[in-house]
Formats: sequence, structure tokens, C-alpha cells
Amino acid sequence: MAIDVRIPTILRPYTKDQKSVEASGATLSAVIADLDAQYAGLGERLLENGALRRFINVYVNDEDVRFLGGLEAQIKDGDSITILPAVAGG
Amino acid sequence: MSLEISRAFVDAILEQSRAEYPDECCGVILGPAGSDKALRHKPMLNAAHSPTFYEFDPKDLLSLYREVDDNDEEIVVIYHSHTETEAYPSRTDIAYAGEPGAHYVLVSTREEIAPATEFRSYRIIDGVVSEEPVTITD
Repeated sequence: MAIDVRIPTILRPYTKDQKSVEASGATLSAVIADLDAQYAGLGERLLENGALRRFINVYVNDEDVRFLGGLEAQIKDGDSITILPAVAGG
Repeated sequence: MSLEISRAFVDAILEQSRAEYPDECCGVILGPAGSDKALRHKPMLNAAHSPTFYEFDPKDLLSLYREVDDNDEEIVVIYHSHTETEAYPSRTDIAYAGEPGAHYVLVSTREEIAPATEFRSYRIIDGVVSEEPVTITD
């Protein structure tokens, strides 16, 4: 099952500069595990203590995953996941 | 490395920072992909509505990146204001800086003595801040 994952510039060093990659998994958590298996180190940039990092935004299709159950969000074939670092500061 | 930006954008950003005071204001300037030219100003909402923090709303963030992709643009400048402190990246600014290719512009609304001198630009890459000269064009 193929899910298109959009990778932001800052994480492209992990994906050999690819803007989008394919992954699989039935939940966001599984997709991230698959991404990390393909691109070592990527998982750690997305997760902290087993939760999504506060300043990483993940969208399934156009919906913020925080409203879809976070890491437990259900993912299906053909979904598109977009990862964006927050634009934030103090 | 330096930032070239038109006087009109500088004025608009300083004006926005005063209008949104005491909250921090924020926004971007876009340009054609790969050009590093700051051509299209887009003020953004500070979803944090705070004098010490700014954050683009996650929905606005997604729309912004979609728009940038659709128009074959890039984010050239990411700016925000500091309300009472120097226009220099805070520890939080450095920790969250996620666009290695962008010019991070800071303005300050502290006092109002010489606001034009408080318009400064930086690169923030892997936690390292490098200030760069700003050239203001007419």
C-alpha cells in the first residue's frame, strides 16, 4: 500500500533530497516507523518520547493529524501526508 | 549573504508590528523559486496572540505551502516582531527555525526611537545564527 509523504526542505537531507517519498502503514505511527526504516534518523526528527514533536505539523490529506487522533490516525492507500515544520518562535 | 528588500515592504512590516503591538506580528515575503528575491508580501496571523511568542496557524501554514508550491515560489523571508527586546533571534527562534533557505527578519517595537534601525536579517541553520546585511531599495 502506497502513501505519498511530502518532506519539508529541512528534512530532505534524510531522504536524499527527495521532496516526496512513498511509505506504507495503517496508522500514522506505522507510516513513521516505515519512513524511519527507509530513511534512518527521520523518525527521531518527528517524534519525541513517543509523541509527535510539538513543532512538527503533520497533515493527512488536508487535515491536521491532531484532529484525527495524532499518531493513531488511520491511514489508507492513496492518502497523502504532508510534514511541515511549524513557523514559530519567541 | 545579504537581504535585498524594498522600502515599501520594510515600512509595511514595521507598520504591522506597531498595529499588532502588544502582540508579536509575523509574516512572509515570497519570491519565484530559486530566485532569493523578496517580491510578494504576505502578512500572517499570529495564532499565539502573544507578546512573547508567535506561531502560524497550522491551517494557514498548510495553505501557505500549497500556494507557494502551486505558484512555483519559495519563502524568501520569514519575519516577526519582538515587542520589548532587541531584534535578535531568541533561543526559541533558533530552536524552531525550520527553513534553512530563508532570511529570518526581526523587527522590534521597543521604544519607538528609531524603528528603521531595528530591522535586521539572519540566517538560522542548525542552531547557528549569522546576521547579514540588509539593503533597502526604493
